[in-house]
Amino acid sequence: MKRLLAPVSETDRLALRVGEEILISGILYTGRDQAHRLLVEMIQKHQQPPIPFAGQIIYYVGPTPAKPHQPIGACGPTSGYRMDPFSLVLMEKGLKIMIGKGERSDAFKTELMRQQAVYLIGIGGIGALMAKTVKKASLIAFPELESEAIFKLEVEDFPAIVAYDAAGGDIFKR
Amino acid sequence: MKYIEKNKVIGAVREMVLDSAVNLEKTVCDYLKAAFRTETEPLAKNVLDQIIENQDLARKEQIPLCQDTGIAVCFAEVGNQLHFDYDLEAAINEGVRQGYKEGYLRKSIVGHPLIRINTLDNTPAIFHLKLIAGDELRLHFAPKGGGSENMSRLAMLTPGDGKEGVKRFVRETIVLGGGKPCPPLIVGVGIGGNFEKCALLAKEAIFRPLGDEAENPEDLALERELFQEINALGVGPMGLGGKTTCLAVKVNSFACHIASLPVAVNLQCHSARKAHAVLRGEDR
Ligand code: SF4
Repeated sequence: MKRLLAPVSETDRLALRVGEEILISGILYTGRDQAHRLLVEMIQKHQQPPIPFAGQIIYYVGPTPAKPHQPIGACGPTSGYRMDPFSLVLMEKGLKIMIGKGERSDAFKTELMRQQAVYLIGIGGIGALMAKTVKKASLIAFPELESEAIFKLEVEDFPAIVAYDAAGGDIFKR
Repeated sequence: MKYIEKNKVIGAVREMVLDSAVNLEKTVCDYLKAAFRTETEPLAKNVLDQIIENQDLARKEQIPLCQDTGIAVCFAEVGNQLHFDYDLEAAINEGVRQGYKEGYLRKSIVGHPLIRINTLDNTPAIFHLKLIAGDELRLHFAPKGGGSENMSRLAMLTPGDGKEGVKRFVRETIVLGGGKPCPPLIVGVGIGGNFEKCALLAKEAIFRPLGDEAENPEDLALERELFQEINALGVGPMGLGGKTTCLAVKVNSFACHIASLPVAVNLQCHSARKAHAVLRGEDR
């Protein structure tokens, strides 16, 4: 299986092809509905967002709380489509890789192609397996959002599938 | 008059919360394994394989099957010989509160749909009450994930739309949902009743045992036909293609108005977590 180091270089990103199953090692930033809303609000107010976007991956997840001596609880992906309007703004700011599950809107796909960005998916509902790939989780921003806060995850062999590639490939097209 | 202590209700709910989050029912596992054997698409097979591996790991290491530990849905069937000198709904909510805290489960409930402040204990639960004969309290619990719930739909069809109209609406719902509700699914279909009854029929349908079949021959035919038709859509596990789009279709029907043909489709993802408890009333 293909391996991907995160943060991700432009060459590596552009080499990703729809349908490829990959294993990611490195850094993922978590963020889902409320974190996206807040990130976009900060950008609109010209404030500095709490995470970098260039080369980074945002993973749509709201994990279960970590038990003592564990970095994280179950942590599978949530649906990507709810982030569509926010992703347009974040891609504009340099975000090029997102991980979620399920199909996205046409507006998102068009912008994704224009930005040569990539949408990866994880398998939904295998949060226990995915927890095993997370070595460390540190809180970065919005602690008041609880499971929806932004965490920086250090992952090893985190499994994902390329759903939309930079060349317009779409795994859901049948 | 028979009585059940409040603490017993709280304890039973707490146990159902803790159990369902990590232990997938054996029948669901068996259906997933059967689907893995008959699936031919390599990617679909791989997805099913990981879903099966996940439930093994969850059980062994007591890690939640899915990070979305749901909105707590609890059906309470209350025997007519029982007397409660406390608020049954409050007791169920207390069990939910304790279970979600003890189990390190995700608190996914906000107090108001627009203000969206987390209640921090996953309450309130969605509570349905039904009276039955006897001295038992039967509780049926499901932590219902947002992904599959969001892709559920209801339509008020007209009588002229008939069976074909119902089937078209169900198939359309599955296609619109695509990978988002985490297929393979258990598809709960409610037909008839009125607006709210129909939604409830569909919800009750996904609580039925996986292996049973509808008693009404018309509903049974619909279950069998829809099962074939949904799996012929090619949506597949996680929407990635394949023949395993649903594990089962459950149809529940009820009488309805001469002008109406309500249909509701409640989707249950593959993480089909359920738990049940029966408490018997005692003399005091
Ligand atoms: S739809 Fe079900 S399996 Fe998928 S993320 Fe939600 S709860 Fe988990």
